[in-house]
This record gives sequence, structure tokens and C-alpha cells, in this order.
Amino acid sequence: MADDVLVSIRGLKTYYAIRGSFASRILGREAGHVRAVDDVSIELRRGEVLGLVGESGSGKTTLGRTILGLVSATEGSVQFEGREITKLSERRLRALRREMQIVFQDPHASLNPAMTVAQQVEHPLQIHKIGSGAERKSRVAETLSIVGLDPPEQFLDKYPSDLSGGQKQRVVIARAIILNPVLLVADEPVSMLDMSVRAKILELMLYLKRQLNLTYLYITHDLATAKFFCDRIAILYLGRIVEIGPSEAIYADPKHPYTKALLRAIPDPDPRRAVPRDLPPGEVPDAAQPPLGCSFHPRCPLAFEVCGWETRDLRDLLESRWAMQAQEDYEAEQALMGNLGALDEPASHVRLKAGSGRMGADVVALLESIRAASPDAPFWKGIRRIAADGQFAEIEWHEPIAPRPLDQGETTVECHLYDEDALAEAERRRGGTTAVGVETV
Amino acid sequence: MTATPVVSVRDLRVYYGTPRGTVRAVDRVSLDIGEGEVLGLVGESGCGKSTLGRGILGLLPDGAASDGEVIYGGKNLVGMNPKELRRLRGPDLGLIFQEPMTRLNPLMRIEDHFRETLEQHEPKLSDREVRTRSLETLGRMGIPPTRFRQYPHEFSGGMRQRIMIALALVLRPKLLVADEPTTSLDVIVEAQILGILSDLRRNFGTALLLITHNLGIVAEACDRVAVMYAGQIAEEGDARDVFGEPAHPYTRELLRSTISLETVELHSIPGAPPNLIDPPNGCRFHPRCPSAMEVCASRDPVEQALGDGRRVLCWLHGPDELIPEDGREPLEREEIAIAEEA
Repeated sequence: MADDVLVSIRGLKTYYAIRGSFASRILGREAGHVRAVDDVSIELRRGEVLGLVGESGSGKTTLGRTILGLVSATEGSVQFEGREITKLSERRLRALRREMQIVFQDPHASLNPAMTVAQQVEHPLQIHKIGSGAERKSRVAETLSIVGLDPPEQFLDKYPSDLSGGQKQRVVIARAIILNPVLLVADEPVSMLDMSVRAKILELMLYLKRQLNLTYLYITHDLATAKFFCDRIAILYLGRIVEIGPSEAIYADPKHPYTKALLRAIPDPDPRRAVPRDLPPGEVPDAAQPPLGCSFHPRCPLAFEVCGWETRDLRDLLESRWAMQAQEDYEAEQALMGNLGALDEPASHVRLKAGSGRMGADVVALLESIRAASPDAPFWKGIRRIAADGQFAEIEWHEPIAPRPLDQGETTVECHLYDEDALAEAERRRGGTTAVGVETV
Repeated sequence: MTATPVVSVRDLRVYYGTPRGTVRAVDRVSLDIGEGEVLGLVGESGCGKSTLGRGILGLLPDGAASDGEVIYGGKNLVGMNPKELRRLRGPDLGLIFQEPMTRLNPLMRIEDHFRETLEQHEPKLSDREVRTRSLETLGRMGIPPTRFRQYPHEFSGGMRQRIMIALALVLRPKLLVADEPTTSLDVIVEAQILGILSDLRRNFGTALLLITHNLGIVAEACDRVAVMYAGQIAEEGDARDVFGEPAHPYTRELLRSTISLETVELHSIPGAPPNLIDPPNGCRFHPRCPSAMEVCASRDPVEQALGDGRRVLCWLHGPDELIPEDGREPLEREEIAIAEEA
């Protein structure tokens, strides 16, 4: 139902400009953009806990901040209770912030070391000019009791340095709820805390949600705490939601290969369960130049023809091979391959000049021997053609298809494995490859 | 238990002087780590686990006093003169820190980090040998040779941590202390690093002390585990045994409060760890312990061996002859207010 929706986000993009060299800054040239949030659409329903889960660099924090207007959106819309907030002035936004608050990861850094607990918690009331001095005092004491710092008299005059990590986070939460917000964005609220305290803070947050009718946006990298806390979960990868659905569905039946990997990587204290070794290699890539096609394809064990294989994947393949080789072998292969600079420009086609004195055919032979060693590696599915041309080796990959959100029962997933059209297209191209044949020496 | 441990810690104590009094961060700790063995050291923040790790390597700050024995290669590292100790660091004793970003010099290429390290400790190596050794160690950590001449900022967080590990391993230390080596990393990268660390024993035969607050990590990477509470080892034994059937109530409560995918109910330990200036009498865990008995509040527990190489510091396991009559009665306590929580 439409009036159930508290926050509605449509086609949201938040890009950060990269400042290039000194010269390009003077000349006003732009060095490009980091696409921190790249075309996200979600709705946050009143009274729900929505988890934004992803690794560092996934854009989860930027998305949370854009929703609060702390970072300005590049494109798209964020409506809070029907009001568009991306275009609001700072003054109008400040008034709106009474209704939306944020709790940060590090309780120690969130508190002013020179202010007492009473001063910190009262501060939002002063900023928004709410109540008389006496009213504020009683409101502060009342709020401290609500967050479990009871009796409040014991804490009012303390400084952050007198408090434990859990107590500090309680003060931060008290300061966030004293204005009676509707929405609370919690950015990793327990990840800095000890295991023995995390449960207490999560329980406090669940209690406050019931008492104060709060809606939460819970930002975390930790799928284990999210399982407890969230009604719905959105998995982010390089600024895009790759999977979203009710928590039960995400945990019981994860669809996206990335979600599956995240779930399998969580270390479990039960010694009978070991984390598997076949986890995706590498890390979240640079958001300034995301991989072609599906951003996850370079790490995906199930990626196939149309997922976006390209130049940089070949560089990764060679480099990870060389990391494991003896020095003579790698030096020989590196000399043969020549300068790999051509592989830094993202493209589905490259003409690679062989090392000095070597021919394109040598490069092709090397690639074919690598392929023969592990022919089932996903990378080779992406290859359309490898051919020698004098000093050059020409490598062509299948054209990428951009993934789109697909409804899969309760969840929505952005992955070609669930896309009939992409699968059919890959099938067609596979046929094509065999017909054309791989041109080798 | 290993026959000839690489390092043998006996009754190690580390105290800090502070304006409020003496902090007994490590209080009579004994442990052994064998060749190729990974010992996990877990506990909440402030339990003294990092201090213990540094105390073993003799890397304590000014103002800390240590006493007891850390026997390495037949010598006691406690009280050893700083010059001699410095010679051991690197080729014998290594340390991996938590924050890889802050430990690499941003103005130095990766190559120069390795060159400096190797020249310092093995000045006889030729340039070619320095390069070969460095690339080989980096390769095992998955860092390609093509990136040898790059600067730290050109690497991701996980790669920087791999570089730090390689930098410690290039000297082939016999004992390595890793202090929360994966805390600032993402979960998939963390799993990759844990795989590397648990392969160390096979590839290098290094004895590893892995300090962490995350029980899941211990279960993944360690042979044995020591659970630390308020400066003491509460329980130590085979990681599978300890986690499968914890003997100390603190281990049990810590396991219950760990949130994993299998968790069905949130649980936490009431109260907070004690300050180490004036720790509670008797067992230090008794104010928070759901199984506390009368004896626990009055007498210091005595370490008990449980067979299968496990030891525990808890009156529940005796010795019976030292427990006074009625000493096994449940301890009557005041409720712990949230105000006193961690």
C-alpha cells in the first residue's frame, strides 16, 4: 500500500567526482566519477527494518547518507513521507532531520570527548530549540532511562572516557532518539563492540523500535547480525542492489552467487563447520571503472558468455598465474606478453603487441596452454576469438549484456543466471563460437 | 601438547603503572606454542590479550613492567637486553598488526619495504636473491610480481594485509604473533586471509599466536585455543574440544553470545569485564558467572588439568579437597544493573 511507504527511492545515483592531477584541476578537467550508488530503487516501509548489506566499497554507507540528505544525489529521487528531499536546501533539510537520525559505527568517535553525557544528549534539543531548560533536562533523563542508562543521575555528568563501549553506544542512541525521529539509519552500530555486548545493543534497538514505532535502515557488512535484525535485506555490490527480498528468503534460498559467497564466508564458531576454500577471489573492484557487464563477473564462479568478460580479466588471469610461478617462468612469460598496458582500458576487444622479438602466435600459444590447464574456468567462456596477426594477438570477448532486476518469487535478483533471454543469447553465441572455430596457430 | 615448543611462557606478568593504580594486564600466564602450530588467543577487549602478545615479543611500551619467563631458543626473553632482543625480531620473532594501512610507508614501493627488511636482517643476500625471496613470499600470498614496484596506496585493504604478512614471513620467523589480522577486512577477504594463515603451518612451519575477539576465526584457523579473561587464561585446549564442550562458564557464555548464522536466540553476558587495577576477589569471572558458587567469591581458583591436554581455571572442576564445606552452594548475588554493563 502506498501510504505504508515511508521512504521511496527511485533511480538514485550518487557519484563522487575524482579530482585528477593538479594540472587537470587547474584546467577544470574532470578525471571521472566514482559511482558509489548506481541506479538504486527501493522502498522503505513504515515500521520495517531494512538491511543494506555489502562489503566496503559497495556503496551502502553512501546510500544511507544520501537518503538522509547528508550527501547530495547526482540523479534520481528520494521521497520521505511523500516529500522530495534531494532538492531541498540545507535549511529545510535541517528541519526534516528531526524525523530522521543516524547512529554511526564508532561510538567513541561519535561523541564529543569534552561534553558530558547530559550535554551530548541535550544538544539536539538545543539545536532545534525545543522546550525550556527544565523540560530539556527531564527529557534527557527520561531518554537515558529508555536506553537502559538507569538511573540517569549516575551518567548525566560523566564524560565519554568514563564509559564502556556499550554504554557509549547507548548514549549515541539516546541522542539519536531524543527528537522522536520516525527513521533511524544505523550504520554498523555494533561492529565495533565486543561479542558479549552486541546482543544487548541489538535488543535495545529492537525494543526502541517497538516502543517508539521506529523504522530502521540497518547498514552492515555482517549477514549474521542482519539475520536477527532485519525484515528485508538488500545486498549491495558496487553501488547496485544485486538481490533484495524478505530475510527468510535470502537466508533460506540465496539466489545471487555473491549473496551465496557472503553467506558461506562467515566464520562459524562451531568447529564442525569450516569455511569453504573455494570462495570468490579478489576484492570489490574500483567503482571509478567498474567491470563491464555484471560487476561481479570477475569473481563469479558461475559467470558465462554474456556477463561482461574483458581486457582487465585477462590481466588478472595472467597476474594470478604469475604470482604462483617460479621467477624464471614468470619472467619468460612476462617477456613474451610484452607490455600489458593495453589491458587496462576496459574493452571487449584488444590487439595486444607481443614482447620484443616475439610474435602474436606465441601469445596465442601461451593463452591456449593456459586454457588447456583449466578449460572450465569461467574466463574462457567469455572468449569469442583469439587470433594471431603478425606481431599482434587479437583477443575478442563476447559483448556484455547489462544485468536487470528479475523477480524470482519473493526476491528480486540482478543476475543473468535467472534471465531467460541472457541464457538463450549465451546459448546462441556458444553455437556461434563452435561454428566459427577458435583460430589458433 | 607438543614435545618441544617453539616458545614457552611461564608465569608471565605484565603490569602497567597508571595514575589510578597498577593495571595487572597479564597476570601469571603460562602457555606453549609448538612448531607449525596455531594457537588462538580470544577474549573481550581489555582482557590483556594484545598485551600478552606484545609481552611475548618483548614489545611492551615504556611504563610496563614484566616478570616471569618467555623461553625461546633456550633463552628467557623477559629481561633480555634490548639489543639482543632486537636481533631476534624479524628472523625469529614476527608481528602482524591489525591495521595494514598504517604499517606500510606510503612513500616506499613494496619492493623497497622488502629490500629494507632483508638488508637489515640478512645483509649477505645479493640483489637477485632479495628479489627472488620477496617475490616468492609475495606470490604465496597471491600478490603478483608485476605489482612489486607499486606503492601501498595502489593496493586494496586485503592486499595490503597480504603484503604485511609476506613482509613478516620473508624473514622466515619461527614465531609469529598476529594481532587481530582480519578485523578491518571484509568477510570474503577475511576468509581468504584466514586460509593463508592456517596454511602457514604447512608451508613455513611457523608457530603462530593468533589474537582475535572473534570465536569464529579461532574455530576456522586454530589448532588450540586459549580463552583469556581479566589477564588470565580461563581455559586452554584443542579448539574443537573447547568449542564443542566448553569447560569454563566464561567460554560457554562467550560462545552463546556470539552471533552467527546458526544463532536462534540473542544472548549476552551480564555486567562488564572488571577493571584490572582492582579485580574481584576469588575467581575474576564470579560476579558475571551464572554457575558461580560460594567458594568462587572468596578463593582464587586453582588450575586443573582435564586430560586431552585441556586446562581450566574454575572451581567447578575442583580440586574438591580445597573447596570448603558449603563451598558448592550457589552464590547469592545482587542483580547486575544495566548501568554496570559493558
